[in-house]
Amino acid sequence: MPVSKTVGARIKRREDPRLIQGLAHYVDDIKLPNTLHVAILRSPYSHARIGAIDTDAAQNLPGVKAVVTGSDIKDTIGGIPCAATDPEGFPGIKVPHHPVLAIDKARFVGEPIAAVAATSAYIARDALDLIEVDYDPLDAVNSADAAFADGAPVLHEDWDDNMAFTWQIAGGDIDAAFAEADHIVSQRIEHQRLVPNPMETRGVLAEYMRGKDQLTIWSSTQIPHLLRTQLSIMLDMAENHVRVIAPEVGGGFGCKLNVYAEEALLGHMAKTLGQPVKWIEGRRENFLHTIHGRDQTGVVELAVKNDGAILGLKYAVTADVGAYYQLLTPAIPTLTGLMLCGSYTFQNVQMDLKAAFTNKMATDAYRGAGRPEATYLIERMIDIAAHDLGLDPLDVRRKNFIGTDAFPHETGTALAYDSGDYTAALDRAVEMADYDALRWQQAELRDQGRYLGIGFSTYVEICGMGPSAAMPAGGWESSTVRVDPTGKVTVLTGVSPHGQGQETTFAQLVADGLGVGLADIRIIHGDTDAVQYGIGTFGSRATAVGGTAMVHAMGKIKDKVIKIAAHLMESNPQDIVLEDDKYCVQGAPESGLTLAEIAQVAHVGVGLPPETEPGLAESHFFEPPNFTYPFGTHIAVVEVDADTGEVELQRYIAVDDCGNIINPLIVEGQVHGGIAQGVGQALYEEAIYDESGQMLTGSFMDYALPKAHNFPRFELGNTVTPSPVNPMGVKGVGEAGTIGSTPAIANAVIDALKPFGVRHIDLPLRPEKLWKLMQERNDDSL
Amino acid sequence: MIPFDYHAPKTLQKAMRLVREHGDDASVLAGGHSLIPLMKLRFAAPAVVIDLGGIGGLKKVTAGHETITIGALATHYAVESHRLLPGKCRLLPETASEIGDVQVRNRGTVGGSIAHADPAADWPAAMLALNAQFDIAGPSGERAVAASDFFVGLFTTALQAGEVLTRIRIATPPENSGGAYVKMRQSASGFALAGVAAQVALDSAGNCASVAVGVTGVASVAYRAHAVEDALRGRGLDAIAEAAAHAADGVEEFQEDHHASADYRAHLARVFAQRALTRAFERAT
Ligand SMILES: Cc1cc2nc3c(=O)[nH]c(=O)nc-3n(C[C@H](O)[C@H](O)[C@H](O)COP(=O)(O)OP(=O)(O)OC[C@H]3O[C@@H](n4cnc5c(N)ncnc54)[C@H](O)[C@@H]3O)c2cc1C
Repeated sequence: MPVSKTVGARIKRREDPRLIQGLAHYVDDIKLPNTLHVAILRSPYSHARIGAIDTDAAQNLPGVKAVVTGSDIKDTIGGIPCAATDPEGFPGIKVPHHPVLAIDKARFVGEPIAAVAATSAYIARDALDLIEVDYDPLDAVNSADAAFADGAPVLHEDWDDNMAFTWQIAGGDIDAAFAEADHIVSQRIEHQRLVPNPMETRGVLAEYMRGKDQLTIWSSTQIPHLLRTQLSIMLDMAENHVRVIAPEVGGGFGCKLNVYAEEALLGHMAKTLGQPVKWIEGRRENFLHTIHGRDQTGVVELAVKNDGAILGLKYAVTADVGAYYQLLTPAIPTLTGLMLCGSYTFQNVQMDLKAAFTNKMATDAYRGAGRPEATYLIERMIDIAAHDLGLDPLDVRRKNFIGTDAFPHETGTALAYDSGDYTAALDRAVEMADYDALRWQQAELRDQGRYLGIGFSTYVEICGMGPSAAMPAGGWESSTVRVDPTGKVTVLTGVSPHGQGQETTFAQLVADGLGVGLADIRIIHGDTDAVQYGIGTFGSRATAVGGTAMVHAMGKIKDKVIKIAAHLMESNPQDIVLEDDKYCVQGAPESGLTLAEIAQVAHVGVGLPPETEPGLAESHFFEPPNFTYPFGTHIAVVEVDADTGEVELQRYIAVDDCGNIINPLIVEGQVHGGIAQGVGQALYEEAIYDESGQMLTGSFMDYALPKAHNFPRFELGNTVTPSPVNPMGVKGVGEAGTIGSTPAIANAVIDALKPFGVRHIDLPLRPEKLWKLMQERNDDSL
Repeated sequence: MIPFDYHAPKTLQKAMRLVREHGDDASVLAGGHSLIPLMKLRFAAPAVVIDLGGIGGLKKVTAGHETITIGALATHYAVESHRLLPGKCRLLPETASEIGDVQVRNRGTVGGSIAHADPAADWPAAMLALNAQFDIAGPSGERAVAASDFFVGLFTTALQAGEVLTRIRIATPPENSGGAYVKMRQSASGFALAGVAAQVALDSAGNCASVAVGVTGVASVAYRAHAVEDALRGRGLDAIAEAAAHAADGVEEFQEDHHASADYRAHLARVFAQRALTRAFERAT
């Protein structure tokens, strides 16, 4: 996109001053008089029958206003919803009732059992210790394998096994591809369970005004409107009497793209108690009872020719989805299926998915949501194939890339990739890395018994979610653009940014589009009473879909502004142009009018062209015709310490193509964070439940997040291939870093250990794992 | 909230009076980086908290010709940033710099870490390698305990009820000596999966005149690797590899969890003993 004025410029985020000065208002910063504080009693057992619950002592603790158990609310609060249970998509899917508070069985550690409201958070917490629950512990199911084993304990006894659902996708002619192959490369691959860990945990404040029958819920959410709809159903209230506000939200990564027990529970308690109620999730609660990501294990088979040409891919996989569904649980692994072809031409593909109920928290969308699994497995398989065939992994990629002239490209999974130039991104990254020199250095070091590894990932992913027909609950987005009589512009957007910087990028688009200064623009989001219905922020959709809605609404404003300007200047609308923030007759900017001058006329209502409505506000609802498909090449350079197995990340090169760039600074920020999270999966992170279903990694003392000192300075580059899907030509960049980086790191580490004959290692690549492998197999070359 | 009384005495005498008065009901508070999390988790519930943070005299760090003293309330950062310590005893600031992050080092205290005796804490290794003496004030007056007698077991020390650690004393290492601390961080907490502190003094021939090696993170309690020391005494740089192989000899109870197996921890002890000794030798010459 040409830098007209602000679009394309490195403009600092307008959000940041308030964030870094502590002036932002998160849920916990919102104080209402007379608020009661809620603490939640959670199951200490992964699987147990619940007998009597004695709440008397807790009720009698001074300061306690109410104790609520599952049986108190089971007829008043509906089940926690899942939007992805359509039996057409998932034949035979089992959809268990998901109560807000467990009723007669607890199915994972951390499941809410009872709630206390008290005059202080301390008293509420103390009261939890006074509640006596009669648990009858049952054997735990702690993995998909255990769930499917003969005689496994059954979680949901309405059915007689733990098979949650199955799903299949197939394209091309998989049998022919495998018959024609020179080699079948096969590997079992795990995608470990991860905890999203936003900096701000969840939190809910609820207030009910009886006189107006009005319930207001402040929640740290990514989807205020969808949440409002679901809460109105769960609480059986008219939707227009429920208001949801997402105030400042400190990160989500998908885990706040959901509807949680506490949101409905607090709404209910505010209503019944007649006082505001607040619950702020602790970090330990967040580990246990905010959705997890990934957790698929499967066998991948790749049919290849001797020259590295890929003919087809088969993936037989089980997903461990936890004890219940959250909002999108079943949909997530289907995204893996859709993206199995990666950036490659092969059309023959098949995935068979079995999903298991286990005694764990539900999985759902976590940054990348299903696509990281696809990219990881295809990028790993390419390296394994290159290893087995004795080819350079780079050459195998080049050989199989979808050609630049082949777009739009229909995949074997029936997606239509919008645009791409995969070779250009690869060439740029290879040049930045100085690939040949790296291989030379690697050979030198190997002679000294040092293990340098170079890893590639040439990813493509789905963004701009998405056409409604392909989404579980609407894929369009909305925007209203209003110009005040003084020329200030307000945008009401249906997306719900929580760290992505749209208050800046959207303002840039408006500044250029309408000819006003950035300071005159305000972006409002996250309040369902203020903003027209929208879908929210996830799936790298906010700019590609929400931004497009805004650009269209802005276009309608601009048409009207030009019409009024033409009338005032006694000219034709087609002769009016926007130059230097003035609407003028082409070539005569000095006699032009500013947006403020025209807005004033529009609001005074005198001097308007005939048949023109007064006022200056327009809305647009945009339905995207397709997804967008960003892509890129990431290269990681690592050294593995032969004595300890420690991995040092020495260099990280990322060339991403997210279409046109509105603000390079923000794109880089998204890529930085994304890479860090993807490296987290590759090297450090893993949510571990033990045999009895207890979570061993339930705090930051045991769950390792990557830290700043783990990273070198990232070397970033871009190619720009505009998307034809929206008028801005943007694609999306929120998840690319995460999707691209995990396989790059894994491939680099495994490349480093090539002299030991290693062809695959499951994540995370902990030092001990690598050390053991090096112990078991000696480096034969030395 | 579990209620507790809070006292912030300004002198050690007042602190000791409070400790005596409240006995087992009281916990002393230093940096609070271990005690407060335990209280928040309700694993510790002292009825009385006696904050030593206001006692200025317990924060001093001195580095003299003969003795180095570290007040029990000195922060990790105070040791890390002390002007004279790098020249006098490199092992001390090097160990301090490996603890947690900047915030942790600015808040956590050397005495608190030693008294807490986390099996993966960094200080115990260095204190063992430096033959530190711990000055302890108690109901019946003062006593001194050597580091090698102090760390008794998992979170257990020689401190008796009513005793407070006041000061750490270390003989300033002679010329021709060097020390080093090498550690692998547990990737989540940053504590030591294994950490080895080595302090050597060389004779005129460059051979090892004295050596002490402390190991943390590996066993249920930090320990002196006597077998390494015995194998190295009187010998030179080329004996390090062989000596270091004994770094996990005699360990009765290894630490073992999902972060690292016992075998791996033992292996790291050997690798890091070699690295720490090599570096200590280099620094001594
Ligand atoms: C995020 C984080 C990361 C950390 N990383 C590391 C690390 O990498 N390596 C490491 O070694 N440590 C680490 N620590 C621990 C830190 O170094 C603390 O210094 C240490 O845990 C205790 O010191 P404190 O001053 O905070 O003691 P406190 O928490 O105040 O006290 C700890 C215990 O010792 C007792 N106590 C304190 N002072 C005395 C005294 N003078 N006499 C008698 N008893 C006393 C208290 O009663 C209490 O039982 C970390 C801590 C945190 C929070």
